Amino acid sequence: MKRKHKRLTFVALAMVLLGAAAALMLSAFKENIVFFYSPTDVVGKHIADGRRIRVGGLVEEGSVKKEPDAVVSFRVTDMATAVPVRYKGLLPDLFREGQGIVAEGRLEKGTFMADEVLAKHDEKYMPPEVAEALKKSGTWKEIGDRMKGQATKPKGTPK
Amino acid sequence: MTAEIGHFALILALMVGLVQATVPMIGAARGNAAYMAVAGPAAFAQLALVVVAFGSLMQLYITSDFTVLNVVNNSHTAKPLLYKISGVWGNHEGSLLLWVLILTLFGSAVALFGNNLPPGLRARALSVQAMIAVGFYLFMLFTSNPFQRIWPAPLNGNDLNPLLQDPGLAFHPPMLYLGYVGFSMAFSFAIAALIEGRVDAAWARWVRPWTLAAWCFLTSGIALGSWWAYYELGWGGWWFWDPVENASFMPWLAGTALLHSATVVEKRDTLKGWTVLLAIITFSLSLLGTFLVRSGVLTSVHAFATDPARGVFILALLIVVIGGSLALFAARGPSLQATGLFQPISREGALLFNNLVMATAAASVLLGTLYPLLVDAVGGGKVSVGPPFFNAVFIPLMLPMIVVMAVGPLLAWKRADLGPALTRLWLAALVAFGVMAATWAVMTDGPLLGVVGVGLAAWLFAGTLVELAGRLRLFRAAPSESLARLIRTPRAQWGMTLAHLGLAVAIAGMAGAGAWKKESIQAMKPGDVVNVSGYDFTFKGARSLSGPNYDAVAGTFEVTRQGKPMVTLTPEKRVYHVGQRPTTEAAIHTTFLGDIYAVIGDPEGDAGAFVTRIYFNPLVAWMWTGVLIMVSGGVISLSDRRHRVGAPQRRAGAGLAHAARA
Repeated sequence: MKRKHKRLTFVALAMVLLGAAAALMLSAFKENIVFFYSPTDVVGKHIADGRRIRVGGLVEEGSVKKEPDAVVSFRVTDMATAVPVRYKGLLPDLFREGQGIVAEGRLEKGTFMADEVLAKHDEKYMPPEVAEALKKSGTWKEIGDRMKGQATKPKGTPK
Repeated sequence: MTAEIGHFALILALMVGLVQATVPMIGAARGNAAYMAVAGPAAFAQLALVVVAFGSLMQLYITSDFTVLNVVNNSHTAKPLLYKISGVWGNHEGSLLLWVLILTLFGSAVALFGNNLPPGLRARALSVQAMIAVGFYLFMLFTSNPFQRIWPAPLNGNDLNPLLQDPGLAFHPPMLYLGYVGFSMAFSFAIAALIEGRVDAAWARWVRPWTLAAWCFLTSGIALGSWWAYYELGWGGWWFWDPVENASFMPWLAGTALLHSATVVEKRDTLKGWTVLLAIITFSLSLLGTFLVRSGVLTSVHAFATDPARGVFILALLIVVIGGSLALFAARGPSLQATGLFQPISREGALLFNNLVMATAAASVLLGTLYPLLVDAVGGGKVSVGPPFFNAVFIPLMLPMIVVMAVGPLLAWKRADLGPALTRLWLAALVAFGVMAATWAVMTDGPLLGVVGVGLAAWLFAGTLVELAGRLRLFRAAPSESLARLIRTPRAQWGMTLAHLGLAVAIAGMAGAGAWKKESIQAMKPGDVVNVSGYDFTFKGARSLSGPNYDAVAGTFEVTRQGKPMVTLTPEKRVYHVGQRPTTEAAIHTTFLGDIYAVIGDPEGDAGAFVTRIYFNPLVAWMWTGVLIMVSGGVISLSDRRHRVGAPQRRAGAGLAHAARA
């Protein structure tokens, strides 16, 4: 083989690899991208049941109920609309009423069945998605003068 | 006063850095030896000044000087000394200072050990190092000054996040940074070589040990972080494809590729342009990683303060460094002519295949990490890309590479036959299929991928041993000859063998932990029993206790297997006094086959019931063991004599004297 041909072999191999990676990514993107919605979006945009989404907002004051067998139900709100959430598992260490959280899961007849709940590890911190959702619904108020904090990792049942 | 000393030292370091970034570069261009000689002393001066700055900050932390904003935000008088010290780099400003400290340390190492380098290359490389440092000094002084004062001074500080008060995490950032910044050596030398228009074996022999050292640190750093997440966060997982984890993983992938391609440059004098490009990419990814973590653009565990000024500065710096170096590569890269030719089926070909896969993997991780930012920037809404995406893309890419990994070392340089190499691997194939069949028979549930993963690990492990046996002519020559060959095997060779064996062990661990993890979440009253993976967990109730700066609830679990007592686990849930922040302390019992892992949550109802979470994580210890073997391989390879006497070979005469000194 001439030098040029050899180089072509490697270029072809690289192309095949990149092509395979691109194909893998495209199919993975189609199935594994999770969109974020505010509670207002969830109600207003008629999101289909069973689709995997994230919902973020504040945990509504007085809405947290502990049910038997480690199930927690609460409502997540952007101060305009609230969505009921059910979650089984250990809540993040800093989960509390009035705290900004992001939940991941699926809608089931108007209730959000979460399998992951993320909360930031600092009461001064607000997840950026939640802050934006609150701003959109016109209920944003500065929570702390500084946004600084640590998040906890997702809780819940990893697939 | 200490704060001002630190601040002034930082400003002086900037000035020295500016001199070092320009004067030696001009000297190298004009062939002016006096100008070039500035680089060495300037590098030492920078190191001394940054040491003063870093020492000042550490002093401020140890004495809890609450007139300094950074200390107020991240420390507290009640904190144990270790965490007062680790608090120095447990925040945005301090971690940047640690970054430049390591950068100047590496710069001084070039100045100290680089006497045998061609003066032009040395001057230019040090110049490039100084340019990177200047970028960081400016960033710190203008947007992230660790020495900023606060008035009036508060009585006490806000404390370091209790999650970070952990010995594993105290050393995780320095390790990681030694890795990130270590790649700056390869980068500086790549840029210097591009300016000189010359890359040769001597260049690779100088770059490779530094890349290898950086790789060892980065590997340890990533493993420490993963281990910390595993035992401290209490989620039972060890890798979450979190943006921050990806940020450290991308340079690792590129750095691993660089390590392999630098071997080709050193041994065969080819793949030069590609190696230089990899050096640029690896360091660019390190920079990107540092800033992804520190800028808070991504929602993540480590997301620190978000400040628009910082974001803009970071973006500008990234554009200058990455854009500038790639532009230089585009202009000069084609002039790097290779002399060594090789066929696609050869050692070079296999190493190139490794490079292509690693680079593709790094690119896909990069795309997945940045995708939410891209979508948001074009107004596509908020999305998140989680573990399912990365698993779906990354694992299929890695599978063929592991298959090839066992074959590659058996191929000859330049031109090889696939047939004989594959024939030699019959035993490895037998072992792999045997292990797969055994796993399939024992583990009745779980995904097929777990079986494949374990099988591949066995294939790689056995294949690496076949290569070693072949090299020693084991069973084919007299035992005494094999022994002699064993003793004569160069340490660099041992490094390769150990690193590949370590990876095989780690893959087995990952496959096991990923495929057959068992988890159970429930509310338990004292006396309740839960069975997970054949282990019975009896909850014996919980009690309160208090530590030096926290109160805790500790649960007691008695674990039995088929009626035989195994271990008592006492997971805790702590609330730290300052800030009232709760943390979870998992209780873990490690066995050869897996970890028994228990977490206690919130109380539920009356009657002393608690929400509990119990895991059986198979083969987790194999992962850490595998990584340890990999790193030890790297360290052994670093101690190879060839690295010490190798660099000077361009000027053969002077080389020996320097080798003795080094």
